[in-house]
Amino acid sequence: MSAKQKLKTSAMIASIAGEGQPTTSAPFGHALVEAAEKNPKIVGMTADLGKYTDLHIFAQAYPDRYYQMGMAEQLLMMAGAGMAREGFIPFVTTYSVFASRRAYDFICLAIAEEKLNVKIISALPGLTTGYGPSHQATEDVAIFRGMPNLTIIDPCDAVDIEQSVQAMVDFDGPVYLRLLRGKVPRVMDRFEGYRFEIGKAKRLMDGSDALIISSGLMTMRAIEAADELKEKGVDVAVMHCATIKPLDTDAILAEVRSHPDRPVFVAENHSIVGGLGESIASLLMKEGVSVKFRQIGLPDEFLDAGALPTLHDRYGISTKEVVKTLEQHVSTSEEIKPTI
Amino acid sequence: MSDAATTSKASAVEMLRQRAYKIRRHALRMGEVQGQGYVGQALGVADVLAVAYFRALKLDPKNPEWEERDRFLLSIGHYAIALYAALIEAGVISEDEIEDYGSDDSILPMSGMADYTPGMEITGGSLGHGLGIGVGMALGLKRKKSASRIFNLLSDGELNEGSTWEAVASAAHWKLDNLIAIVDVNDQQADDKSSTVLNYEPIADKWAAFGWETYRVDGNDLEALIVAFDSAMESSADKPRVIICDTLMGRGVPFLETRDKTHFIRVDEDEWSVALKQLDEAYDVQ
Repeated sequence: MSAKQKLKTSAMIASIAGEGQPTTSAPFGHALVEAAEKNPKIVGMTADLGKYTDLHIFAQAYPDRYYQMGMAEQLLMMAGAGMAREGFIPFVTTYSVFASRRAYDFICLAIAEEKLNVKIISALPGLTTGYGPSHQATEDVAIFRGMPNLTIIDPCDAVDIEQSVQAMVDFDGPVYLRLLRGKVPRVMDRFEGYRFEIGKAKRLMDGSDALIISSGLMTMRAIEAADELKEKGVDVAVMHCATIKPLDTDAILAEVRSHPDRPVFVAENHSIVGGLGESIASLLMKEGVSVKFRQIGLPDEFLDAGALPTLHDRYGISTKEVVKTLEQHVSTSEEIKPTI
Repeated sequence: MSDAATTSKASAVEMLRQRAYKIRRHALRMGEVQGQGYVGQALGVADVLAVAYFRALKLDPKNPEWEERDRFLLSIGHYAIALYAALIEAGVISEDEIEDYGSDDSILPMSGMADYTPGMEITGGSLGHGLGIGVGMALGLKRKKSASRIFNLLSDGELNEGSTWEAVASAAHWKLDNLIAIVDVNDQQADDKSSTVLNYEPIADKWAAFGWETYRVDGNDLEALIVAFDSAMESSADKPRVIICDTLMGRGVPFLETRDKTHFIRVDEDEWSVALKQLDEAYDVQ
């Protein structure tokens, strides 16, 4: 490939939207402004990433409720804890890498141990930037799943994000949300009656040949893959598990048990270590549910830098690659063994 | 100074002297229950706590969560024995709890935690958390237009933590004049003398350079502590204040004052009664 044909990293970090896909700009920022109109306790705080986490929309609407804490993520979490202690509902924003790797002790002891009402909103979860390992939070869920009291949300699209903001305000306790920012695709509109609810997994599509359980942007990929496979005569069910912790074990078990011979794929924008896939694998094993099981996720590696479409193909989380993985395992009668 | 003022000051010092004595005594009794504890630190910081709790802080012992109280944040969780002693003396915690100190299901665990103990505002122990939480609370109090203050007791060892300095910078940036940091400088941390482990002197210059109003006093001199606390609270500067207190570990019990200093000062089984006796003698109590 000549240099001219190579995709540029910089052009590809702003949005994960496909061509022609309907999008909403900065859904988190706008939803927070709307929630803050009704609830004066809401404040916004950031560690020098207001513009990059869509919190600038809130800052413009409520400059006196916006706290720029500087590039100091430990302080951000401590100050968020302090604000919550005084009765406010702080939405604190940074990148997923910094929240999980740099500020862990502060989230753990200053916030989670005391169940303080701090909402940690972190952008660039998993592989949503081509900047390389310094910015790619491929293991943030693995890091946070072991933290007691912390609710982990991985929204799929703008609809999820908009609805999750009010849900977090109504929920008393610490939350970690993996934010999609900028022009965020809207895909849930097509599912009539869909509502984001903390702690609930929702079946979006029915199908008897395979089940994909997914979170975050991988639900978008799962839906696209299911659409494509339907045209090829493969009937794929999709269950969206936007809350990774606590896991909606009842819904997941009921869905898996409803078709004992249907292979289960768990798709996540995260390392195959310690995320949704292992969480569900462990649930199924503990409950004695034996099914064909496969993970679709990022490898246990520090990933390459580059353009996102290239990287999503390379690491198997693009729609094209999801389709391939399913075809490989659904169309054959070969026994599928767990990859873990 | 007028005679009346002199008398008033003398009686204030005497009142605090008695409180400091009782704080030391409560702490030693807790140490005796477990046969160990951070009594060196508790004895050292007792005068600071006496001035904080019986002169500076606004609190209602019967209602530790009173909205208008001043908030005292102990980031150095291992100093809990000292704060429990002050809270007992202030009437927030019953003196009967001393018997259970550090035992199963006690409300007085060895390291201070918010959920266990009335009057314990935060969970300390992971050093470098308290001042940042204080920044957030001070910002929150200003949002609420509250006149309450935040006090945060740190140690010189805690200055090793980078997160402390994030908070130091932030408090000055936000001009948090409702935040008073107290640094107990006993020149001792887990492995060795603080000045040997990671030297932070000149401590006062560093805080001043960050934009804090700075006081440095002998933390075992009640008169000096009164002046520092009064000045910090009366000042109209739009800055956070720090009172750096040089203290002597084991203060008030001569054989502990001179014993080799370690983070966890050694007290043998038969020495607790000696310690209590020496403390009583030092305060002329028969």
